[in-house]
Amino acid sequence: MSGSSKVCYLISLIVLLTLWKISSFILSNPALPPPELVAVAMVENAGILIKHAIISLIRVLYSIALAFSLSFPLGIASREDKFDRIFSPFLYLLYPIPHIVLLPLYILFFGIGDLSKVALIATILFFQISVTTRDAVKDVSEFYVYSILSLGAGRFDVYRHVIIPAVMPKVLTALRISVGTAIAVLFFAESFATRMGLGYLIMDAWSRADYELLYAGISAMALLGLSLYVVIDLIERRLCRWL
Amino acid sequence: MISVNNVSKVYEDGTIALKNVSFEVEKGESCSIIGPSGCGKSTLLLIIAGLLKPTEGYVEVNGKVVRKPMRDVALILQDYGLFPWKTVYDNIALGLRIRKVDRKVERRIVCDLIERLGLKGFEKHYPKQLSGGMKQKVAIARALAIQPRILLMDEPFSSLDALTREDLQNFLLRLWNERRMTIILVTHSIEEAVFLGRKIIVLTPRPGTVKAVIENPSAGDENYRFTEEFFEKCREVRRSVTL
Repeated sequence: MSGSSKVCYLISLIVLLTLWKISSFILSNPALPPPELVAVAMVENAGILIKHAIISLIRVLYSIALAFSLSFPLGIASREDKFDRIFSPFLYLLYPIPHIVLLPLYILFFGIGDLSKVALIATILFFQISVTTRDAVKDVSEFYVYSILSLGAGRFDVYRHVIIPAVMPKVLTALRISVGTAIAVLFFAESFATRMGLGYLIMDAWSRADYELLYAGISAMALLGLSLYVVIDLIERRLCRWL
Repeated sequence: MISVNNVSKVYEDGTIALKNVSFEVEKGESCSIIGPSGCGKSTLLLIIAGLLKPTEGYVEVNGKVVRKPMRDVALILQDYGLFPWKTVYDNIALGLRIRKVDRKVERRIVCDLIERLGLKGFEKHYPKQLSGGMKQKVAIARALAIQPRILLMDEPFSSLDALTREDLQNFLLRLWNERRMTIILVTHSIEEAVFLGRKIIVLTPRPGTVKAVIENPSAGDENYRFTEEFFEKCREVRRSVTL
């Protein structure tokens, strides 16, 4: 990040906090505490917040890893016509279904532990990543493929030197969008049948009308999303230096 | 020797790209294929390279029917030649990597080409950071790295400014005089066709058929473009193209 863009980020942060402060002042309602009180609550409850945040983070990371390790290879393999003829009807029939309604079923099958939450998030991400990867693979110009075939490339070389690097930017964009989805679904999954995770913490604070802890939990979840977003940005900068 | 025998190509959507194209190019000769846009020139080149199957007819190289890309044939495509995700060095080395050439030998060949083409200092640059002329030089270097005996080029210089174009045309001519590769060059520029091709194949608009074969034995000398004979030959080709 260059110096001037750092300044831009700082300014937007200050603007957002100021807007929050002003709204809280005008509303003067305990349901919207000012940012400095929330900051104090975050420091006071740091132990609890970190404990719940780590559990949430692990759930999200497992979900992303599980979803990616299944959807990326399948999306890439859809370049092979024979495979795509079988794979894409399934994708098209199952993708538009709101997978979040599967939570009760997942709890029935996978129990109320982490597995059902991870499975639910992974299911939703699976479709986001595989649909994007599949479309990106179809978009790779046939001329790139001709070019490498003329150099004597085999099937494996085509994937390694052309298809995978060519789709990487779009896959990383899908991953970035997935982070937002993952955290949203995480909140939903954690608000139900668990006593761990930021989602639980937020719902619990809400039911006890502990607004400062509620906002601290929301802020922790926002920070969790932001840091995952930054990590994916760093991965992109490393993998797609040519952009 | 390359011989194209009665080649026709009909695409799946019913477009007839080529119809009964036949011609021969002797070993070590240079040949230009010229015709209006969309006459199937590029299709013809891909068929000669073994990347597309003709609907009818066949191509023979040294008496063998072409069914897949051949080891000593290099192809340079117009816009998709270079891989944007690979550095100049990695682009040039790609053919050697695919052929599993020893890394030391690879290094020597690639550095030698980088030196000869005036690309020194740009090894770690990505194609997007280069000018059009330099990109084309990298594409030529990558083709030369695999030490081909046949070089196929699809409008290699069409997107360059006039001075860079003449520069690279001279370079190609020197290379041809040095290595005596068989060169087939597809172009829509009459001057380029006459300057580089000792045989000029004129194609009709779609579906492409051979309209005329013009012998041009004086090509091969850098000073040819300043001679009266050159202008006369250009006029002859122009009449043939526009007739």
